[in-house]
Amino acid sequence: MEAYVFYLFAFIIIASGIAVVTMRNIFHCALMLIFCLFTVAGLYVLLSAEFLAVVQVLLYVGAVAILMIFAIMLTSRLAGREVQLSNEQTFVGGFLALVFALGIFYAVNATYFVPSDAVLGRENSLAIGKLLMTEFVLPFEVISVLLLAALIGAIIIARREGN
Amino acid sequence: MDIGLYHYLSLAAFLFAIGLYGILTRRNAIAILMSLELMFNAVNINLVAFNRFSGSDGLSGQIFALFVIAIAAAEATVGLAIVILIYRNWRSIDADRVNLLKW
Repeated sequence: MEAYVFYLFAFIIIASGIAVVTMRNIFHCALMLIFCLFTVAGLYVLLSAEFLAVVQVLLYVGAVAILMIFAIMLTSRLAGREVQLSNEQTFVGGFLALVFALGIFYAVNATYFVPSDAVLGRENSLAIGKLLMTEFVLPFEVISVLLLAALIGAIIIARREGN
Repeated sequence: MDIGLYHYLSLAAFLFAIGLYGILTRRNAIAILMSLELMFNAVNINLVAFNRFSGSDGLSGQIFALFVIAIAAAEATVGLAIVILIYRNWRSIDADRVNLLKW
């Protein structure tokens, strides 16, 4: 059962990912990206990372993808009109990406990874919350400051100058 | 056949390659940023899969993926702000035409 779900998710992720990089309408690309990110969240549930799945939906689908759509609407005067999206390097880029993928694929299959005997229980979210407040409290605070700095920076950058 | 670490790593490798292809071939800056998000997700799948199938016990992989998501959100806000600024000055977000910093 798990195998079927995995292969279904993998197919959707790969197909929608290819759609993101090949479709000719950038708005359709954004919708496909949302679809892809949703399916990745499903994959996280399959990997018993429920908290991460919820964060993925909240942050990626709810924030980043919506931000993308906003930016698309702000920058293309005729949203929906098909514009030239790809450059003339399609063949070289495809070749490089394929070589890269096959190289990683070969490396992964040639490596032996020590399997773990740890069982991820149902209390994952609880454990993550405890870890974030004890062992990883410094990185957690630093990333909060980083997010704040990024938000202020984005406002400063996108602000209209003058008056 | 059981689904193991290798399946997830292979899937992430192909997703990363798709994102790489998008970055190499797109000329719209927002499309490039979307390809970048695909690559972030491939890396996150790797981290969570390693956390599930390999290594010592604990949840370090998931917490690392959490930080990657937060960094990706920061990157998206700043990147899109820059894209909007470029659009305001050039009336276009064609990455091939924005060559002010090219020598």
